[in-house]
Amino acid sequence: MNVQVTINGEKLSADVEPRLLLFHLIREVFRLTGTHIGCDTTHCGACTVLLDGRPVKSCTMFAVQAHNREIQTVEGLEQNGALHPLQEGFIAEHGLQCGYCTPGMLMTSKAFLDKHPSPSEDDIRWAISGNLCRCTGYVNIVKAVQHAAAKLRAAVPAGGAR
Amino acid sequence: MIPAGFDYHAPATVGEATALLSRLGEDAKVLSGGQSLIPLLKLRLASPRHLVDINRIPGLAYVKEADGALRIGALAREVDLDDSDVVRSRYPLLADATRVIADPLVRNLATVAGNLAHGDPANDHPAVMLALGAEITATGPSGARRIPIGSFFKGPFETALKPDELLTEIRVPAPAPRSGGAYVKLERKVGDFATAAVAAQITLAADGTVAAIGIALTNVGLTPIKADKAEVALLGKRPDDAAIKGAAQLAADAARPEADLRGSVEYKKDLVRVLTARALRKAIERAGGGK
Repeated sequence: MNVQVTINGEKLSADVEPRLLLFHLIREVFRLTGTHIGCDTTHCGACTVLLDGRPVKSCTMFAVQAHNREIQTVEGLEQNGALHPLQEGFIAEHGLQCGYCTPGMLMTSKAFLDKHPSPSEDDIRWAISGNLCRCTGYVNIVKAVQHAAAKLRAAVPAGGAR
Repeated sequence: MIPAGFDYHAPATVGEATALLSRLGEDAKVLSGGQSLIPLLKLRLASPRHLVDINRIPGLAYVKEADGALRIGALAREVDLDDSDVVRSRYPLLADATRVIADPLVRNLATVAGNLAHGDPANDHPAVMLALGAEITATGPSGARRIPIGSFFKGPFETALKPDELLTEIRVPAPAPRSGGAYVKLERKVGDFATAAVAAQITLAADGTVAAIGIALTNVGLTPIKADKAEVALLGKRPDDAAIKGAAQLAADAARPEADLRGSVEYKKDLVRVLTARALRKAIERAGGGK
């Protein structure tokens, strides 16, 4: 079956079997290997991508379901050579150790901050509760998201979003 | 993990979908949110020859109040309940439940209708809808029929839906004045199924007695369980401490759990007792009673 999908703003298409999972399309067909395969059982969230702006687990969706939809992956966070404030936050606050969960954490946090620019710590922990990290104990991930939230708020002129 | 091969169908209307289901019969499964079905396919616990993906049918993703009921369309996601002002302000039982189902990422795809149609007694909406007295609209090739939720669950993973029928809408009766509800779930961690959970919906009369009551239990039997005796015990009574304790014990007696990694039979039954009392107290408080 032919599937046409926009990934990080680029229109792509491929002929795939209906049973091909979305993360296999992203990683193996389009060679965007930033999206990780973790548990492969809908638990860990390492494979999180944004589907029309909402974070979903790309292990639990077929590639054909993404037909005519818009996907964002971790590769799309960096713009014109500048890291996204979340990426800067994860570096500044040591929000990762092994880094396996990081692409998923970043994508979930991106969608969350787009909707909630001034979250509390509880809000952040709630938002990332579908993304597992086995290194950090989440403390520095929460700090990294707070770092990014502050930076994003500062970048938006008072009285309006972009 | 790679599912077995299947033919993929993406109908554009409910009519096309039911015609396909009618033609393909038992060889077909409906794909909506996919958050239960796709894991089963990947584990090859199910290997249907056809998948009928209803996600491209427009107009089914609504959550709205109309004609004295909250209407939830087949493609309304859990996140749509969570984002709904009417759900948050008038249906606290639903608002409680949607926030403890799986995790936020799964809830962006998982549908309320799929949670029911899957027929899993460990799912949360079955007991919630039993407590709310909801009604299911099933649409087949020859039209739609309404099924009271009480006769919807036939056994584990078995519902009253026929192979050629689609669950197109859920209707939850709009709450009368002085109504409140609560869903209380114990789970080992985010994303786990309930060790046990209790849904309670209550309406108080002007004199503070119980005018209407629904209590139902999650994951303590082969189907979701309506705690009829607990309901009867409260109906018409003032819901004081003794009445709540009595009803909670009757709910525990109605539970038919099996021992597993989440706990023993005795533990789970006692858990139902404790959770029922908590759910009732919260529901009564939200109904404006208990003062």
